[in-house]
Amino acid sequence: MLKDITLGQYFPGNSIAHRLDPRTKILLVVLYIISLFTARGLVSYALIAAVLAVCIKVSHVGLRPMLKGMKPVLFIMVFTGLLNLFFTPGERYLIEWGALRVSDTGIKNAVFMVFRIMMLIMGTFLMTYTTSPIRLTDGLEALMNPLKKIKVPVHELAMMMAIALRFIPTLIEETDKIMSAQKARGADFESGNIFQKAKALVPVLVPLFVSAFRRADELATAMECRCYAGGEGRTKLHVLKYAGKDYIALACGIILLSGIITLRKLGI
Amino acid sequence: MKPILEVKHLTHTYSAGTPFQRSAVEDMDFAVNEGEFLGIIGHTGSGKSTLIQHLNGLLKPTEGQILLRGKDIWEEPKKIREVRFKVGLVFQYPEYQLFEETVYKDIAYGPTNMGMTGDALDHAVREAARLVGLRDDQLEKSPFELSGGQKRRVALAGVLAMEPDVLVLDEPTAGLDPAGRENLMANIRDYHRNKGKTIVLVSHSMDEIAQNVDRILVLKSAHVLMQGTPEEVFARGEELITAGLDVPQVTRIAMALQRRGLPVDPAVYTVEALEQQLQQLRKGGTVC
Ligand SMILES: Nc1ncnc2c1ncn2[C@@H]1O[C@H](COP(=O)(O)OP(=O)(O)OP(=O)(O)O)[C@@H](O)[C@H]1O
Ligand SMILES: [Mg+2]
Repeated sequence: MLKDITLGQYFPGNSIAHRLDPRTKILLVVLYIISLFTARGLVSYALIAAVLAVCIKVSHVGLRPMLKGMKPVLFIMVFTGLLNLFFTPGERYLIEWGALRVSDTGIKNAVFMVFRIMMLIMGTFLMTYTTSPIRLTDGLEALMNPLKKIKVPVHELAMMMAIALRFIPTLIEETDKIMSAQKARGADFESGNIFQKAKALVPVLVPLFVSAFRRADELATAMECRCYAGGEGRTKLHVLKYAGKDYIALACGIILLSGIITLRKLGI
Repeated sequence: MKPILEVKHLTHTYSAGTPFQRSAVEDMDFAVNEGEFLGIIGHTGSGKSTLIQHLNGLLKPTEGQILLRGKDIWEEPKKIREVRFKVGLVFQYPEYQLFEETVYKDIAYGPTNMGMTGDALDHAVREAARLVGLRDDQLEKSPFELSGGQKRRVALAGVLAMEPDVLVLDEPTAGLDPAGRENLMANIRDYHRNKGKTIVLVSHSMDEIAQNVDRILVLKSAHVLMQGTPEEVFARGEELITAGLDVPQVTRIAMALQRRGLPVDPAVYTVEALEQQLQQLRKGGTVC
């Protein structure tokens, strides 16, 4: 059902990857992505793959959720791969088939490109799998704090994100429930043409909006009752604090990036 | 008695194949008889809602079968809507399903989906509204203007208007005040008596179940713990209490009296029955 959408789902746990500060993890992902796009040769990619493998291993998330998370972008990956495979000009052509020609560089590019997307997704998913959405928002808010100086509403953005994250699962669950209730009264969401299908959704959307507005109202009242007045002067219950392991992890990230830059200079 | 619905080796597993996998219903076996009033009781999370969503084909069994008048409801998946018209399900907190501009139109949604039109439709809607005690002038109101209890009645009427052979109710009185509860239950009892339809009532309240049903099904952590008439079930009161469930207040009093040495039968669940026993004891000269 709708709930099975796993994009960026959090897997609770207590591994070192779970316990790192969210800011550290965000910075690490940034370093990782820069490394990934700096890498040129086989050795560099192998190094990054090795680092990612170690990270997945220590996170106890397991390979299966990683691969499952890749399903939604499978199409993009295949598409990019094919595009690179057939349309990269090269010196030698291995296969020629009318307008479709596969060159040696084409194969190389296709493999690297697909690999890069895979690594990119796995790396970012590792972060969302091991960080609860609330901590992730906290981390982002803390990292973006300097932007307040140039009048970016950082706190408000973070609050909006936190509320959205909190209510998405609730709304999905509610949609499921309302759909079931209407099906019990004989609603038919599957058959008919696109207009009939859209019309069939009215009995779901109306109650859903009504309840979303009701929830928003209740939440606003609840926040006001607890004297919420924006980010000004507000302190946190869980103050983010870098620990020894965070510095070590960040150092590892920087070493990885420097290593990749060096390898790039060497051309491997 | 002839069974109208049969549940055979029913198992339902949520999120199969993921770390969140769990069985909410496991190997359940029972039947609902034609024309009876069956009560289902069980702890929070014991699988009641999951179970009843199988009865009208909203959930598909992971394993096992549901037979409606001897025919597997999933035999022809295309015809599952017909099953939903025959087995009417009223959800927990059904007031959140209302969507039409007027109460009348909302109640008419189900029958319209069945293909009813004209006089038959009008008759069905008004009859259902009358059954749940809605006044005629309320029919033209917006459902969103009504109170919570009235909304609940509208939602119930929306299912009754389809005149299902089996009416399944998931905690219809949850969150209502005592008068509202009794009132709604009286409406449901009347429907059962006057139309002779089968009713399955899920409830948390042992008292409510004891006062209304012919037979009880007790669920515990995804399994059927007991089934039988109220007398049979409440005779095993101690067992119910160990299972973390309640017994009706009267039964509790009778059990306490028995523990203190009075020769009363604890399988009573109405005030009258207990009173009768106690009167007899007094006549017999035992100290009370
Ligand atoms: N959509 C779902 N996805 C995953 N698990 C679910 C889902 N719905 C229910 N469950 C789980 O199945 C179990 C049984 O739930 P169910 O709703 O059937 O209980 P219930 O007996 O109706 O409880 P209550 O008395 O609180 O209504 C619960 O442990 C619940 O967490
Ligand atoms: Mg329930």
